[in-house]
Amino acid sequence: MNITVRVWRQEGPAATGHLETIEATDVSADSSFLEMLDLVNERLISAGREPIAFDHDCREGICGMCSLVIDGVPHGPRRATTTCQLHMRSFTDGATITIEPFRAKAFGVLRDLVVDRSGFDRIIQAGGYASVNTGGAPDANAIPIGKGEADLAMDAAACIGCGACVAACPNASAMLFTAAKVAHYGHLPQGEPERDRRVTRMVETMDAEGFGNCRNYYECEAACPKEIPVDFIAELNRDFRRATVQGGSR
Amino acid sequence: MTSLSHGLGSSVGRKLVVAVTGLALLGFVLGHMVGNLQLFLGQDALNGYAALIKSKPALLWGARLGLLAFVGAHVVLALELAAENKAARPHGYAAPGRIQSTPNARSMTLTGLMILAFVIYHLAHLTWGVTHPADHALVQTLADGTTRPDVFSAVVLGFQDPLVAGAYLVAMLLLGLHIGHGIQSVFQSLGLTTSSSRGTFAKLGAGLTWLIVIGNCAMPVAVLAGVITLPEGVA
Repeated sequence: MNITVRVWRQEGPAATGHLETIEATDVSADSSFLEMLDLVNERLISAGREPIAFDHDCREGICGMCSLVIDGVPHGPRRATTTCQLHMRSFTDGATITIEPFRAKAFGVLRDLVVDRSGFDRIIQAGGYASVNTGGAPDANAIPIGKGEADLAMDAAACIGCGACVAACPNASAMLFTAAKVAHYGHLPQGEPERDRRVTRMVETMDAEGFGNCRNYYECEAACPKEIPVDFIAELNRDFRRATVQGGSR
Repeated sequence: MTSLSHGLGSSVGRKLVVAVTGLALLGFVLGHMVGNLQLFLGQDALNGYAALIKSKPALLWGARLGLLAFVGAHVVLALELAAENKAARPHGYAAPGRIQSTPNARSMTLTGLMILAFVIYHLAHLTWGVTHPADHALVQTLADGTTRPDVFSAVVLGFQDPLVAGAYLVAMLLLGLHIGHGIQSVFQSLGLTTSSSRGTFAKLGAGLTWLIVIGNCAMPVAVLAGVITLPEGVA
């Protein structure tokens, strides 16, 4: 395949970036999107030029490191697929592909396509955990949990924290991420004792990080590579209402 | 623990206020429409209804001040949230994409502001009598010799002007776009939506939206079509 990539180049957080057009010739249709970028980078290095910086790690679709907005859609055109699991056969020969970093005030560009997603870590630090007293490991099935609840907790826990929801949201809102992290404890008895404080602290941190406000566009749900449903956002709203308006004390 | 005022100041809390005030305003729109549909029952019915409302000043002014507070909170908080949303993405995409969000969801601020402008025009037309002072001053003389404002004729005369009727029709379409997203959004922001009820709320929203759009548009359309005409003696 021969394709043209228009890729965002930016030397550093404070630098002004621009879209650079690069011809990528002789690309295998069976290579992944990131392998295509590897090929482009090897050629750039051979030509004595700076390679394109982009985030990646496991390349198995489970770590949440890869990002990229491909032709306006985070993780590209395939539903429920991370960028690393996207293959060039999803594009037509001769296509021009625009590759941009995730855009949000809370996700500053570090270099080229790499953005700083540490805001998500701070949301987790604010309440995305269950406090436990250390000691002997408890029996695995000491607390019975219904199959339905366990499944819902697992659905929420499928979030890999990649930030596609923020990138897709016209308001750069982190509600789907935060909601998934709230819900995956909210559906388990271990999360119950800190339920109210978890949701209020995580929402407070989410706001302080400069993410936008959810306006129920549901663009996040469509962009999420793990198909986290927006029903979890309604759950977050419900938990938040109980914790503040109804004065929860957990 | 987080105080109520602190909670309501957060992103989720302010959206909750926008949702609750929006729901209250939707209730008003429904009641207002049902009352106004008495236009189809004729001059006596509508003028009698208007006189009844005017005869209860405490209730009328209580409702008016309440509405003003709801509109104020709804508009101010929505604009504040929208400004924050704009600031949250200082650098847009060169190739913007849209996956499943609807155009009416994405133009809530625009349709909302246009509806606000229409409400002011609507008040100037039929409540304050600014745009059509002669129509507004019309009175109906009853059999016992007493008079009351002739709201029926003022409305019919207004709608006989295609420009005025057109403005009302356009405004109702904008309202339809706004509540078409707004109603289902209220249930999501209140945290009432679940995976099983999401479809039901969407259908409820669509049904209410069509009811309100058709109900309100029926009045100017009926006047323009000549179904509703001026009573004898009013020119």
